[in-house]
Amino acid sequence: MLFYIVRRVVYVIPIALAVSLVCFLLVHIAPGDPIDAMVQPDTPQEVIDRVRSEYGLDRPLPVQFGLWLAKLVQGDFGTSLIKGRPVLPDLVSASGATFVLACTGGLLGVLAGCILGGIAGVYRESWLDRVLLGTAVAGVSVPHYWLGMVMVIIFSVNLNLLPAMGSGPGGSTAWAWDWAHLRYLILPSVTLAVIPAGIVTRTVRGLVSDIISQDYITTLRGKGLRRAGIVRHVVLNAAPTVLAVVGLQLANLMGGSILVETVFAWPGTGMMLNTAIFQRDLPVLQATTLLLALFFVVLNLVVDLIQTAIDPRISRR
Amino acid sequence: MSTTFAPEVLGAAKAAARAGGQDTYWRGVGRRLLRDRVTLVCGAILVVMALLIVLAPLIAPYGPTDGSIARRLKPIGTPGYLLGTDELGRDMLSRLLYGGRFSWFVGITPVVLAFFIGGTIGIIAGFAGGKTNMAIMRVTDVFYAFPSVLLAVAVSGSLGAGILNAIMSLTIVFIPPIIRVAESVTTGVRNLDYAEAARATGAGARSIVLVHVLPNVLGPIFIYATSLVGVSMIIASGLSFLGLGIKPPDPEWGLMLNTLRTAIYSQPMIATLPGICIFLTSVCFNFVSDGLRTAMDVRA
Repeated sequence: MLFYIVRRVVYVIPIALAVSLVCFLLVHIAPGDPIDAMVQPDTPQEVIDRVRSEYGLDRPLPVQFGLWLAKLVQGDFGTSLIKGRPVLPDLVSASGATFVLACTGGLLGVLAGCILGGIAGVYRESWLDRVLLGTAVAGVSVPHYWLGMVMVIIFSVNLNLLPAMGSGPGGSTAWAWDWAHLRYLILPSVTLAVIPAGIVTRTVRGLVSDIISQDYITTLRGKGLRRAGIVRHVVLNAAPTVLAVVGLQLANLMGGSILVETVFAWPGTGMMLNTAIFQRDLPVLQATTLLLALFFVVLNLVVDLIQTAIDPRISRR
Repeated sequence: MSTTFAPEVLGAAKAAARAGGQDTYWRGVGRRLLRDRVTLVCGAILVVMALLIVLAPLIAPYGPTDGSIARRLKPIGTPGYLLGTDELGRDMLSRLLYGGRFSWFVGITPVVLAFFIGGTIGIIAGFAGGKTNMAIMRVTDVFYAFPSVLLAVAVSGSLGAGILNAIMSLTIVFIPPIIRVAESVTTGVRNLDYAEAARATGAGARSIVLVHVLPNVLGPIFIYATSLVGVSMIIASGLSFLGLGIKPPDPEWGLMLNTLRTAIYSQPMIATLPGICIFLTSVCFNFVSDGLRTAMDVRA
């Protein structure tokens, strides 16, 4: 068990390095001289040369990668070309906003998915099951940026109930858990919740219908265990797999909320990416991608470890 | 022989069916598909959409970029403009028909490319085993460390806007999952008795792959690939929505959705039309993929 944990943690290091390499190469797959993407077109030649040597762009690629990594380790995620200041502080506050959105959306999605999937699994092969599964497929197929627009049209334009854009009154980006701010969270998080809800519904439905047809459940029934006890057994047996799916979905939401954030002008990493792409601010693009990917790696690790903790069989595989 | 086959016994089932003069495997698949009304309806919708898109130049009443500010944002049902006009006075019906060409092309091409590239790599990894397998699968792991939307956005954001760049970034997103599926089914088939028997009777790697492995792994890989088309459509149009795909004034559903955002106050119905097209395509592909999976009884 301990060996497994250590091995799993150590395995994160090469993955994290490789992920950094991919992010590093992002700037270099951009067409043309990377320096063109890093300075404004009308920059004088001496400034270009200074930036080139500052970024070490006159060195061989492996050396550049080493230098870039060394800076990363010291907390230097690069400098925004447009704002001319370090990326990290902006990135941290944007990640906070995305985290609030992704967690709320993820939680809503998982809750809905577990309830709907559980019902479908218990009543499998019935009309209710078919309707719920169909709904889940529809949920997975929704272009969420379009759903966001539809929600804005219904709840902001027509009913005038909820704000269409931003994350706080008066365009403020500081988050607080009060109603004034929560109103802004409702539409984007519900929009974000639809796809994970669909995925979790399908997973939970499959698991529950598998588990309740197992012999040990029949045995428990035969021994006269009440419904609550059976539910407990089903939940405990489904938990590790559900947890893995939930972790993956949460991480996907952190990285995939860019479209929803764009629709709702939510001041998170997605907006930051969008602006960076629009302004060709490649260091910001690089840093944001790296941070989100590393978060994904760490979250996968945490999910694996929790799974191992609640289901010891995994470490023996 | 029961009607349910695990992928590894497909070959055996086919042979048995042929020998016994009973239903062949594919006839069984066809019969199961014909009974599945949801799949049939969705398949029919897709065929109709494909026809409309292909025949767009014949059907569309106007050119996709013909417009006049004078008749901008006419409501749905305006005479001559069945689905109204967009924010630049262009006929929505024509733009949706032409836009479908780009959306379908950018949505489907990456999955096809990834099916061939990822499938080949995955089969090689699964069949070779050992160090080759390790090397391929560890590289695949790295791309798994990126959320798919993020990877697509980051790659096409670096490459810049354009159809080819969008297709390339989506192909990169879909290759790793296809490699994983191809590797795992190939590894499964490779260790089965009949592959072992072929090896024992002196069959070379080439003939084992062609005769024994390929026919038994292509089905599951293909089914998995079809299940990616729906997602691919959504992300592809999403890239255009972000301004990373097709450049205006060319029509594409995602891009249209973005430019029509200004119209949600005056013509909300028109503004949502391109999204309905994306949704319909994606939902139908997902149902058809599910139907095929059930009919072919593939678990992958």
